[in-house]
Amino acid sequence: MTEVFSATVIIGILTSGIRLATPYLYAAIGETFGQRSGVLNLGVDGQMLLGAFAAFYVAFTTENLWLGLLAAMIVGALMGLGMAYVTVNLHAEQGISGIGFYLFGLGMSELLFKMLLGTVETVKGFPITPVPLLSKIPVIGEIFFQQNILVYGAFLLVPIAWFILNKTTLGLKIRSVGENPEAADSLGVSVARVRYFTIILGGTLSGLAGASMSIALLNVFQQNMTSGLGFIAVALVYFGAWRAWGVLAGALLFSMVNSMQLWMQVLNIPIPSDIAVMLPYILTIIVLVATVSRVRAPSALTKPFDRGH
Amino acid sequence: MRSRLNSLFDSLLPVLATFAALAVGAVMLIILRVNPAEAYGALWEGAFGSTNAMAETLVKATPLLLVGLGICIAFRASVINIGGEGQMIIGGILATQVGLTFTEAPGWLVIILAIFAGFIGGAIWGGIPGLLKAYFRVNEILSTVMMNAIAVQLMNFLLRGPMIDPAQAEKASKIPQTARLLDAFRLPRLAPTRLHVGFLIAIVLAIVVYILLWRTTLGYRIRAVGQNPHASRYGGIRVRRRIVTALLLSGALAGLAGAIQVYGVNYRMITDGSASGFTGSAGFNGIVAALFGQLHPIGTIPAAIFFGALLVGANKMQRVVQIPSALIIALNGLIVVFVVSSAIWRKRRQRRRVSVENDEENTLPPDLGANVPSPEEAQIS
Repeated sequence: MTEVFSATVIIGILTSGIRLATPYLYAAIGETFGQRSGVLNLGVDGQMLLGAFAAFYVAFTTENLWLGLLAAMIVGALMGLGMAYVTVNLHAEQGISGIGFYLFGLGMSELLFKMLLGTVETVKGFPITPVPLLSKIPVIGEIFFQQNILVYGAFLLVPIAWFILNKTTLGLKIRSVGENPEAADSLGVSVARVRYFTIILGGTLSGLAGASMSIALLNVFQQNMTSGLGFIAVALVYFGAWRAWGVLAGALLFSMVNSMQLWMQVLNIPIPSDIAVMLPYILTIIVLVATVSRVRAPSALTKPFDRGH
Repeated sequence: MRSRLNSLFDSLLPVLATFAALAVGAVMLIILRVNPAEAYGALWEGAFGSTNAMAETLVKATPLLLVGLGICIAFRASVINIGGEGQMIIGGILATQVGLTFTEAPGWLVIILAIFAGFIGGAIWGGIPGLLKAYFRVNEILSTVMMNAIAVQLMNFLLRGPMIDPAQAEKASKIPQTARLLDAFRLPRLAPTRLHVGFLIAIVLAIVVYILLWRTTLGYRIRAVGQNPHASRYGGIRVRRRIVTALLLSGALAGLAGAIQVYGVNYRMITDGSASGFTGSAGFNGIVAALFGQLHPIGTIPAAIFFGALLVGANKMQRVVQIPSALIIALNGLIVVFVVSSAIWRKRRQRRRVSVENDEENTLPPDLGANVPSPEEAQIS
């Protein structure tokens, strides 16, 4: 057991834990914007899968990772646009239409993968870009500042999201639309426009989340490669009580447990990894139970807004 | 006359949604340089082209129907159960364990016990989110998604460890599967095809669920809670208990689907690491079928058969014209989106209409998915 607690292993666990938090962060921060404006998007996993495929395919064929990233964002944004139209204009039940978009992304990404690629290929993903100076700090530098660019982006997104939601007019509009759309509307805020914005932003970030898996972390595309990560991202928003920092804590919980479990396998420690992987889900349920009486969801969450009323 | 026309239009909406989805699919196929007529032709051929094909369609329809019936109950109570996958898995595991334990017992007894075990397993896995929603106000969409993930990990753990086939445990390959059930424990087949009595059980249950929802007090209460929880509470209905009942029954039917899948089709549990490896995504597709059947148990029967046909036909399409069967998953997604989107026309018309009494069975709960009222409001119950 001494091996487990050696400095190298602990640093290794933390380093990959930080790295693995990336897709959770993009997807869950994106979902936070949507939910703060009153829209529950359950289609995140589908947006991620299609984004992951778009990024991989474009990067694979053009050998340009940035174009891949762009493709993932466009695909995610388009799926967000569809979700926005269906929930804002057509008042469709959000949970169920999200499942529809999930199934669409799941099926479509597999279809395109099989027809356009056929077999599992690999790309040379985003390389590790050490941050000058900071990466030289012992231990901390290794854990935080020797990562690839999408990892930095994900962690930067947290304070940015916090700032936008809490310190800008845009954030105020988003929150008021999610809390009291009638009041926001009477003050001249376009509920529809704000919701379109947040859902498309959420889709774009979900696309990025998928791209971070297929061209930065794993560097392959496989059918259903997210295996439900997008659903966890939705749960993280509740877990984090609709706050960017809370989402960060939840994302790290999941990624650290995953990282630990991967290292346990590498080190051949006979702890059933399936049980370890189960823990964050159970913990999420416990946290939801514990916080639900103290934390309030945006009042208008899942409620369509009709000006004519 | 006019209202009859309207309700005819309402019941045609899912069909229109399907045509729209197939049309989008055709455009996608053209972009991928495939002749859509050829692809859909192969699909039809695969689903209905022979006795065997039709039997396969009904075999595929069985879990969709069972899960879909559970969805009818839950959604009618305005409870969104996304946990069909996990509930099927737990039902399948418990049922399998029954067959592996009682190897000396007569076949009919084991089958009955196994089906019961599947029912209980699903009820537990659905009941937990029900309790969490009713008494702790935890959103059931989230908790059922979590329960799915937990069920998958539990299945992987059990099939790799405690429940692994002793023969596999000795081999190096260690395929994560249980031992095969005894031949005596298989569900009887109906014809010289793979169609088994599980399908008939599902049809009978569809009638039972119909009677439950529209001919019993419990069903009335469940629907009342879905229509208007506040009014129900003033009417003396124990809203929280009915929410638990709805999710419990919904889970139980999905668990039953898992048990029937094991005893009618696979004869063992095997995992590829994901939920869909065992369920074939029936936990999600059952939602599609139920929505398509307008959350009516009897309407869900043809809907389940239709989606069973799509799934079976998709396999044929994959073999004959090399179009991945995943196309059907994508189209199912579009159908769901179109069906829920088209609800707006129904709602608009209802608002204009003064009375809705004849249409009750076709009316969906108004605030499907809304959260349980806050504790202050819930005090009254």
